[in-house]
Amino acid sequence: MNQPLHGLLCVESPSVATAGVQLFADALRGQAVTVTEADWQPPMAGTETDLATVLADARRAEANATAYARLTAAGAELCDVKQAKDALGLERGTFLHAGPPIEWERMSGPLKGALIGAVLFEGLADNAERAEDDLAAGKFAFEPCHHRDAVGPMAGVVSPSMWMYGLRDEVHDAWSWCSLNEGLGKVLRYGAYGPEVIDRLHWMTDVLGPILQQSVRRTGPFDIKAILAQMLQMGDEGHNRNRAGSLMLLRELLPGMITADASSADIAEAVRFSGANEHFFLNLGMPACKLATMAAHGIPGSSLVTTMARNGTDFGIRVSGTSDQWFTGPANTPDGLFLGDYGPDDANPDIGDSAITETGGIGGFAMAAAPAIVKFVGGDVAFALRATQTMYEITHGEHPMFQVPILDFRGTPTGIDVVSVVRTGILPQINTGMAGRVAGTGQVGAGLVTPPAECFPAALAALATATP
Amino acid sequence: MTITHVDLRRGAYHDSVTLLQVSRTVADVEGVEAAQVAMTTELNVEVLSGMGFEIPEAAGPNDLVVAIRAVDEDAVAAGLAAAAAALSAKAAPSGGFGDAPAPRTTSGAVRVGGAELALISVPGRYATTEALDAIGAGASVMLFSDNVPVEDEVRLKDAAAAVDVLIMGPDCGTAVVGGVALGFANVVEAGPMGLVAASGTGAQQIMCLLDAAGVGISHCLGVGGRDLKAAVGGRSTRQALAALAADPATSSIVVVSKPPDEAVLTDLEAYAAGLGLPVRWATLGAGRPDLTTALEAVLKAEGHDVPEWPKWLSDSDPEPGAGLGSLRGLFCGGTLADEAMLIAAESLGDIRSNIPLRDDLALGSGLTHDGHLVIDFGDDGLTQGRAHPMIDPTLRMERIAAEAQDPTCGALLLDLVLGFGAHQDPAGELADAIRAAKGAARDSGRELPVVVSLTGTKGDPQGFAATAQTLSGAGASVFLSNRDATRHALTFLGGAR
Repeated sequence: MNQPLHGLLCVESPSVATAGVQLFADALRGQAVTVTEADWQPPMAGTETDLATVLADARRAEANATAYARLTAAGAELCDVKQAKDALGLERGTFLHAGPPIEWERMSGPLKGALIGAVLFEGLADNAERAEDDLAAGKFAFEPCHHRDAVGPMAGVVSPSMWMYGLRDEVHDAWSWCSLNEGLGKVLRYGAYGPEVIDRLHWMTDVLGPILQQSVRRTGPFDIKAILAQMLQMGDEGHNRNRAGSLMLLRELLPGMITADASSADIAEAVRFSGANEHFFLNLGMPACKLATMAAHGIPGSSLVTTMARNGTDFGIRVSGTSDQWFTGPANTPDGLFLGDYGPDDANPDIGDSAITETGGIGGFAMAAAPAIVKFVGGDVAFALRATQTMYEITHGEHPMFQVPILDFRGTPTGIDVVSVVRTGILPQINTGMAGRVAGTGQVGAGLVTPPAECFPAALAALATATP
Repeated sequence: MTITHVDLRRGAYHDSVTLLQVSRTVADVEGVEAAQVAMTTELNVEVLSGMGFEIPEAAGPNDLVVAIRAVDEDAVAAGLAAAAAALSAKAAPSGGFGDAPAPRTTSGAVRVGGAELALISVPGRYATTEALDAIGAGASVMLFSDNVPVEDEVRLKDAAAAVDVLIMGPDCGTAVVGGVALGFANVVEAGPMGLVAASGTGAQQIMCLLDAAGVGISHCLGVGGRDLKAAVGGRSTRQALAALAADPATSSIVVVSKPPDEAVLTDLEAYAAGLGLPVRWATLGAGRPDLTTALEAVLKAEGHDVPEWPKWLSDSDPEPGAGLGSLRGLFCGGTLADEAMLIAAESLGDIRSNIPLRDDLALGSGLTHDGHLVIDFGDDGLTQGRAHPMIDPTLRMERIAAEAQDPTCGALLLDLVLGFGAHQDPAGELADAIRAAKGAARDSGRELPVVVSLTGTKGDPQGFAATAQTLSGAGASVFLSNRDATRHALTFLGGAR
């Protein structure tokens, strides 16, 4: 016969967890009882009622388990490379951007700069002033990448002629898309739009895109999720460090690239360009994480975060159980190291869809796997280990495939739970690049950032409202 | 010249008991005249203002205030240093190369420790969340926190029953599970008697009487003081009865409760009758036996002798029956206060209280009345933002001094509860207060009898006999039985039976 209360009364000396008054934990230790104390802190202000409502939601445990299972089960294979107009049906005059929706007037320098560049690239204006005037006059349409199942790093601006990687999740029958990486320095995604930026975009459209398409179509598909799992064991965290991932991706792509129907000079340049860019892989890791979070999205009662994205002005999150509603707050400015003689005053607030990596359980959440990153983002190794271990406090589970060797191959903390964030006040740790504040500047540094806290109580309130 | 220093630390949370200890440490620094380190809850802001400190308006309940008044700058600095040292000593250890940080939530602690039980004592408005979290992690919960809405209590208990775990509480002060004392509990021998308690100090009183009678207990499962009220309907009591009935170490059960709802009690009696072991009831209420009398019946029914309950009589008391003043009962234990009122009301009639027997007998917020009155300093209304009086006796100490000056006070009836969780050395402080009170009364030409109901066992860390002797030495009469203590107090008011 099963004992009531799971046999509580038959246990010789029960082990006790405590939260609150330390005196009681001390009294238990005085009786030689095994005690585990929670380092309890009050939740974010004004959330008590919503927390109780959401925690009491009978659907939540199962909904989160389902969302988490889908998030970690989602596949990610590079199956195609297409232009945005074909991949996403993106109309001429419509541009995608990173982060939550935003109107031109509130856009930051780098996002405006990238849009100006994209207008010039598409030949919709002759010069930057004209492009800016037309953008300000409302002649073009803007939409978040996320609204088209796409993601874009930094400004994340996508125009119809740009080529996109197409990743497929066989398990849940879904596609996600991301633009090709332009390399470092003065690039469109950091808001630069000078002639060298536009020239590079044309070369990518005319030369690189078709070669990559041939390679993927002939020798693909390539398992991006498997590369992610391997690169975490090779010192990458998949957001700000992608060296091993980029090399492994290139290894897959090379046979198809060098046999593509193109001039040997073009192939040589395409291979050189791809190999020279240590963030080449980021644009594959992001849509892989997007597929995972898409699979976890839309489950009633689930409090797991399925989107974190920034447009350089606002930071926005979306949650599985609150459909497509964005919860936003002013984006923070990253804290980190600066290139050349740039300083904190030059940095724009946080920007880009790349926080999808943290949403998917890598990036800042896998920082312990990438101790080399800490120099770049201005921390030390103990910090990296602590950062990952702290994220377990706000995540639903540990990723079955993404593992951290130095933590004894523990799975990365995966599936940010709004409830846990609000209760602990621990904000998701994001590793990121920093764009210059002024349109046209480009990258000025890299560092660490967290979302604005207010996104999470707002999402919690919506979950509470949606609780039957 | 005195210097006042007030600084506000945003989002720096510490529990009220820790802060009480820190405040005392700072106040003990040489040159410091007054010190309060506290969360700026509404109540604490009042206390601080009362002490003459000005608190910035922006302060919220999650902010920490350090307020010091001292003779000079050096003393302020020494006080601040003492505060910093005391606060950092309380910080949980973390950091280190690769060390995992301490879990931050109850479920996290349950998982890390593989715990079967969670003891939650966070402020009441956060308690429902932590308890639901512990239930979700599969642990039974002792919920010490008070100020939890009754709707939340029902919600918690339904959620717990659905996954077969027990909610002991809210406002549950006492439990013993598998020999482990949780919260406030006395050191008693293991034995065959199982307790279900909708009352903390009531359970302690029964445990201590059993101990004095040489009968040990298997478990004492708290259920929260409202469990036998109509709104909660005995949800946890039912689960606790079933668990004890299935426990091989338990051969009979006593249910201890504050005045229950009649219909709930009837239902529970019917339920208990089908469990296959004797279940007996020590449920307070008008017309029902008090706890000592109920327990004496239990002992007889079980074939035990009823011992003479320990007592120490004062030789400085006035002649019985001579007094004209009123009863002043100042309690830390709610059930002990309730029981004292029920016994005293039979001869004294109406007794004013903050936990009145009838609504029209409620004391106002000043807690004063010139007739008979009993105050429960452990009641929710007096513990918001401060520690339970069994840990922080300040308010009651102040009241004892005030009663000594009040010519209408005919007898002081106090309780003192020993055991785990209680003040480590309560006797000296209380004895001083009693001595001072009797002295002050004598100075104004009257003899003030003081009676203490002392709940404790020989095994308690504070020492039962030593405590009784200390109090007795201060001129108090001391009784283990709260009934006997109350009856003794009544002898001085001309109303004894």
